[in-house]
Amino acid sequence: MTSTALQPAPTPSGAGSDERAARVPVRERVASQVQRHGALAVLVLVVAIASATSSTFPTWNNISSILGSNAFVWVLALGMTFVIITGGIDLSVGSMFALGGVLGAYGSRHGTWLAILLPLAVGAAWGSVQGLLIAKARMAPFIVTLVGLLGLRGLLQALTDEGATTYLVPAHSWFRHLGAGTWTPVLIVAALFALGALLLTRTRFGATLTAMGGNEHAARLMGLPVARAKVLVYLLSGTLAAGAGALGGARLGSGVTTIGVGYELTAIASVVIGGTLLTGGAGSIGGTVSGVLLLAVIHNLIDHYFSQYGSAFTDTVNGGFLAVVVLLQTLLSRTQQLE
Amino acid sequence: MVQQEPGPGSDAILEVAGVDKSFAGVHALREVDFHLRPAEVHALIGENGAGKSTLIKVMTGVHRPDAGTVRLAGREREFRNPLEAQAAGISTIYQEVNLVPLMSVARNLFLGREPRRFGLVDTRRMNREAAEVLGRFGVRVDVTRPLRTLGLGAQQMVALARAVQVEARVVIMDEPTSSLEPKEVETLFSVIRGLKEQGIAVVYVSHRLDELYAVCDRVTVMRDGRVVHTGEIAGLERLKLVSLMLGREMSAVRDKGSTAFDSDSHELRDGQPALRAVDLTVRHRLHGVSVDVHPGEVVGLGGLLGAGRSETAKAIIGALATEQGSVEVEGRAMHRRSPASSIRAGVVMLPEDRKAEGVIPNLSVRENISLAALPRLSRAGLVSQAKQDEIVTFFMKRLRIKASGPDQKVGDLSGGNQQKVLLARWLCLNPKVLLLDEPTRGIDVGAKAEVQGLVDELARDGLGVLLISSDLEELIEGSDRVVILKDGRVVGHLAGDDVTEDGLLDALATAPESPDLAAAPEPPDPATTPESPDPAERPQPAEPAAQAAPAASTGPQPANPADPAGPAPGEPREHPAKESQS
Ligand SMILES: Nc1ncnc2c1ncn2[C@@H]1O[C@H](COP(=O)(O)OP(=O)(O)OP(=O)(O)O)[C@@H](O)[C@H]1O
Ligand SMILES: [Mg+2]
Repeated sequence: MTSTALQPAPTPSGAGSDERAARVPVRERVASQVQRHGALAVLVLVVAIASATSSTFPTWNNISSILGSNAFVWVLALGMTFVIITGGIDLSVGSMFALGGVLGAYGSRHGTWLAILLPLAVGAAWGSVQGLLIAKARMAPFIVTLVGLLGLRGLLQALTDEGATTYLVPAHSWFRHLGAGTWTPVLIVAALFALGALLLTRTRFGATLTAMGGNEHAARLMGLPVARAKVLVYLLSGTLAAGAGALGGARLGSGVTTIGVGYELTAIASVVIGGTLLTGGAGSIGGTVSGVLLLAVIHNLIDHYFSQYGSAFTDTVNGGFLAVVVLLQTLLSRTQQLE
Repeated sequence: MVQQEPGPGSDAILEVAGVDKSFAGVHALREVDFHLRPAEVHALIGENGAGKSTLIKVMTGVHRPDAGTVRLAGREREFRNPLEAQAAGISTIYQEVNLVPLMSVARNLFLGREPRRFGLVDTRRMNREAAEVLGRFGVRVDVTRPLRTLGLGAQQMVALARAVQVEARVVIMDEPTSSLEPKEVETLFSVIRGLKEQGIAVVYVSHRLDELYAVCDRVTVMRDGRVVHTGEIAGLERLKLVSLMLGREMSAVRDKGSTAFDSDSHELRDGQPALRAVDLTVRHRLHGVSVDVHPGEVVGLGGLLGAGRSETAKAIIGALATEQGSVEVEGRAMHRRSPASSIRAGVVMLPEDRKAEGVIPNLSVRENISLAALPRLSRAGLVSQAKQDEIVTFFMKRLRIKASGPDQKVGDLSGGNQQKVLLARWLCLNPKVLLLDEPTRGIDVGAKAEVQGLVDELARDGLGVLLISSDLEELIEGSDRVVILKDGRVVGHLAGDDVTEDGLLDALATAPESPDLAAAPEPPDPATTPESPDPAERPQPAEPAAQAAPAASTGPQPANPADPAGPAPGEPREHPAKESQS
């Protein structure tokens, strides 16, 4: 060992070779770009084709109906992005959306503030209970939130006397303005997504979420507050879902108990289409935006072209489309050897 | 047999007393005492499964001790998680994967303490600082790239940079060198010396004894969960260390060579080679590499960092796509190579990166070893349990896999024992050709000899072996022939009596510079190899180590990599561990 010890510290010149050895193969790089921006590319393509071939698609009426009627539901995908990036899943958001609507309508009879705060508080409370069960009791997110999906529906039934009571938002309530028209919903939702993107990419919290999705054990050993972040992410998802539900209620003018069934699956699909890995560790809010828009446009087109065949048929086409996209994503991440 | 230092424990920065720790069925630590003084480099050694990593995890809040105390700077502490230990000033590089492969290099370096402006992460500053810091560690890469695109050594350097970036009073390194090249090891040593100068205490775990003499002041030896020796490392003979670790008399340890390879070369069977790779070419990495391996022959691949050794092996089994070149196994050409088809053809590779890939942590030792061999063991779809047990027991004994039994979960084994399980998995496939990439990395001295002996035996039975090792001694003594690579090209062959370290170093030194590589690794310098050419020099290496510290600090090193933003060199840190998260 004598020879090494007497050597002066090396001048780091060999690093160039490391750079060369570590270069990412072209195929992987392309795959990674497609995975990240693929949804956006397909969205642009689909919109271009639809605008060129259809006379009804590019009309303001149609666009505002795509945006206005769906915007609040997209918020579920925002929350879901955070959850999935940590490697988790939140199946309770569809039910929470419905509960938020009912609570919002109920609260609006006592003032706009209550209409907003009541759903948010309930969403946050429920979300943090789910988070605690997952982070501290180490239960599987799938199970915990599946219980949430069913339990919240039950709660909803109890609140509305099994659907017999419908809470209406008073006609003159200011609360209604929050959900009205096209621009208000779109602006609210756009602001939420922008804040979400900031949270994910530019805060330590966001970095912790991504890190724990990539390798939870390593994140813990690195001294990141993994358990706390886990609780917070379900809290965030629950709050967003309930808030979105309340705004949806404001738009509809009443709390609808039957709404929101299957929304969690659409949210998951948009997130995955947007390039977020279902296994966690990588993803972006921008991708989710592309994902939700793409799904909404496709829905719109399918409705337009296939509605004469009935809704069962449109659902099938939708499902098939989803399957193709998810398959593509899987293949892409395999090319990148992420698995 | 415990030789505790006489001095009072109060001078210790980190002090462990009477610690006990059991896992289901395994008593991992028994009444362990450990004293770490400020500004010392303290080696922690022992066989695989001796309890080194467990002790580290108890000290840093990953595990809670069943009994005993941990004191930091005289104060008793009970860390509930690594975060608390880190905040108190203990920074740790754990043995297992420490980083997040999908995130960028800069992110990994700064996770949890990113520079912020107005509450938001200042990405530009983070990237700039990351490039700066890593540059000082000899890693010049685009820091926005995902970490996983870096080589293993570079990843380990990122982990190292991360650990010493934190304001710490104690830095713990659990086998930091197991995936480093000699040059990177040298950088690591200068970092450690820098830490020491600042009064920071370092705990250093390694199975490479040479390294201990180069940087460590004191040593604690563990065996079967107990501390069996603590003392100055200077003046402690190598053999004594090994006998302490293995718990055997020195005379029993002192055997013929320093590796367990038989010095006789294997008798060559003529006829066609078991493996013939011709003209393998991979863009930027390999340029027409050809290698033959005959049955019963161990062929070494020699070369320095980035020479293309691992790439050659990967290209042979099809884990790396080649632009050109062909591979024949026993005369039959392999079209469309892939790792799976290679295994079917009888070519098996032990990969270099065993941290991330390989073992299935939730399955038992038995399953991990025999899974890949199942098709071979089964008859008409039925697996003979007896046969399976026989094989598993054989390898567990032969490689000294320390587990409570064949049914223990592999994820609960110590790091070195997990590696042995992987090795066993490939060996029991009964291949025709075995490609071994750093087979003894992270494996303790005792088991290392067993692995080497086993390779020798397999070759004698007619297996062809391609051996890659940064341990020159292992390469030279193990190989019948050496193919020397440089910058992805074959630059020389050694055979017969020429297979010596000098021969290898000569061949490397006289190899022509390759034309297209401006940024090629520096010209090979015989002195940068970690192994001393003359084993006789080994027993008295303490002096050079002591001289080395000033040599390093006055050397051409631009700055002290350990402390980029901290107080000026020489200024002692009074309270380096502030609990702030800035
Ligand atoms: N989580 C766990 N569950 C059960 N047993 C464990 C666990 N962690 C460690 N062990 C056992 O404790 C013993 C000590 O392991 P440890 O990892 O400390 O060894 P080590 O000295 O670091 O070895 P190596 O050199 O291989 O890294 C081993 O027998 C191991 O199987
Ligand atoms: Mg260990």
